[in-house]
Amino acid sequence: MKIFDRILKSFTFFILILMYLPIVIMIFFSFNSTKSLVRFTGFSFRWYSELFQDKIVWGALYNSITVAVAVTVISVVLALLMANAMVRYEYKGGSLIDAFIYIPIVIPEITESLALLIFLGVIGFPKGFWSVVLGHATFGATFAVVVLRARIAGFRKSVEEAARTLGADEIQTFFRITLPILMPGIIAAALLVFTLSFDDFIKTSFTRGVGFQTLPLVIYSSAKRGGVSPGLNALSTFSFGVSLLFSAVRLFTLRRARYE
Amino acid sequence: MPDAVELIHVTKRFGEVIANDDISFTVRKNEFFSLLGPSGCGKTTTLRCIAGLQEPDSGIIKLSGKDVTDVPTHKRNVGLVFQDLALFSHMNVFDNIAFGLKMKKVPKKEIEKRVKEMLKLVGLEGLEKRRIHQLSGGQQQRVALCRSLVPEPDVLLLDEPLGALDLKIRRRMTVELRRIQKEVGKTFIYVTHDQTEAIVMSDRIAVMQGGKIKQIGESREIYSHPKNSFIASFIGEAVNIIKGVCEEPGAFVGKKLEKPVKVEVREDLLNTPVVLSLRPERIRVARKLRNLDNILDARINSALFKGMYHEYEVETGRDLMIKVFVPYVGPATTFQIHDNVQIGWNKEDTVIIPTS
Repeated sequence: MKIFDRILKSFTFFILILMYLPIVIMIFFSFNSTKSLVRFTGFSFRWYSELFQDKIVWGALYNSITVAVAVTVISVVLALLMANAMVRYEYKGGSLIDAFIYIPIVIPEITESLALLIFLGVIGFPKGFWSVVLGHATFGATFAVVVLRARIAGFRKSVEEAARTLGADEIQTFFRITLPILMPGIIAAALLVFTLSFDDFIKTSFTRGVGFQTLPLVIYSSAKRGGVSPGLNALSTFSFGVSLLFSAVRLFTLRRARYE
Repeated sequence: MPDAVELIHVTKRFGEVIANDDISFTVRKNEFFSLLGPSGCGKTTTLRCIAGLQEPDSGIIKLSGKDVTDVPTHKRNVGLVFQDLALFSHMNVFDNIAFGLKMKKVPKKEIEKRVKEMLKLVGLEGLEKRRIHQLSGGQQQRVALCRSLVPEPDVLLLDEPLGALDLKIRRRMTVELRRIQKEVGKTFIYVTHDQTEAIVMSDRIAVMQGGKIKQIGESREIYSHPKNSFIASFIGEAVNIIKGVCEEPGAFVGKKLEKPVKVEVREDLLNTPVVLSLRPERIRVARKLRNLDNILDARINSALFKGMYHEYEVETGRDLMIKVFVPYVGPATTFQIHDNVQIGWNKEDTVIIPTS
């Protein structure tokens, strides 16, 4: 079966190339010294320095980060409460509520976005920073619940009780025992939500107000306007780098937590 | 000197289920006291009530003579070793053990000294920096014990802490627990369903069944004078139970017995349905027996050689099967299936107990 083995391996390799080659090319040409996207003429940071002089990009980056931070905080706090309730208490219709919490993962984002747009209009919610945060938090909280739930399910109540018998009151028990034990899960959830929010395009474009830009929107609109350019490559590379960094940290913390 | 722990009419329900039904007992200072019973008998609930992790519906709990019924757990000064040990996985061995002392705001120097002493007591010196998942089951067990002992609780509660260990380590830990208890001179309340553990370690045992305490006493007393047939069969390897009645003092008659057997019986148990309880190791077997209060003809029905002893099942009377343990001291005690033998015992070897 050696032949079959080899075929399988080459196939996997082929898929990986298919997935990552375009990204590699994009990153490669973002360091090109000229505008050409065909011929590499020399290494330079030209497009990056141009990029960081662009006021629109700075504004969008600022928006992307502030939105992602707000979404992360709101999602993780909500998810902590929800996951706690789901794991620790039994209540009527519990499994139905479980199902409803997970639905945002499977329904098309565009459907959800359109519904939210209509809803915001109906209740007269002003569009801008907070409407985008709200939109992102709907999927952010869901994903955070998925991550946190596993961690809380593995949490034994006896550990809290042990702390109580050792003289810790409720508050000391929470901060010295419960929170530290859940921390790897909280960090993992936060990094995932941050990445999802930072990368989001559909929800943002539906729920943003006029003039409110995030990084993915700037990338999209400049691609639409002027086609692909090295400057755009640099911007995308930067955005990709941020996401990659957060994913790496998340995987790392999860791996470490597994040993505890 | 007040008793270490006193429970007065403690009752605890969980919905329809009554876990503790009017429980009263006292545990003396520096005593090793066991709550023994099958799973679901309410023993863990009793322990949790003493720790304050469960609030009784009614009744009073006293620690060292002080009513603590409404005192929260962290102010009771009790230690509890949990069934799953409940070690803090995000801390190392030292921080686990030091936790209780830190909560009590003991100076750092003293914490270090006391943790060290405690680790020495259980033979874990030098493992302070280890993470919990790097320890073996037996070592984790000791860390849990240290952690609850080091803050010097008035009473240490242990909830089947040896359950997760394999049998050999388990037996070794029982002996060691007893040694540690003597060394630190503390009151221990030990919850278990393992009667061997309870018998080996305890000064006194309380046998629980169905949320009630059925008998309290020293190991030997409970073993040789069980108050009911449940306790007789729950305690010990095995017991022979024969149903019958004592119509006159000193004689027990049963449907399955061909003739009355000589017993000692209390006046108040005359002419009521009773059972005769007879431990297998109290019975003698031989081809011919003499000088015993009761001698019955019997036939070997099954024979198992267990190394230290033979386990025989003999048939006697009217289809009455009796279990007999005979120490293996050579060929004289070895019989084959279908051998005709005699079994015998003295009346002190039996106990007459009321049915139910």
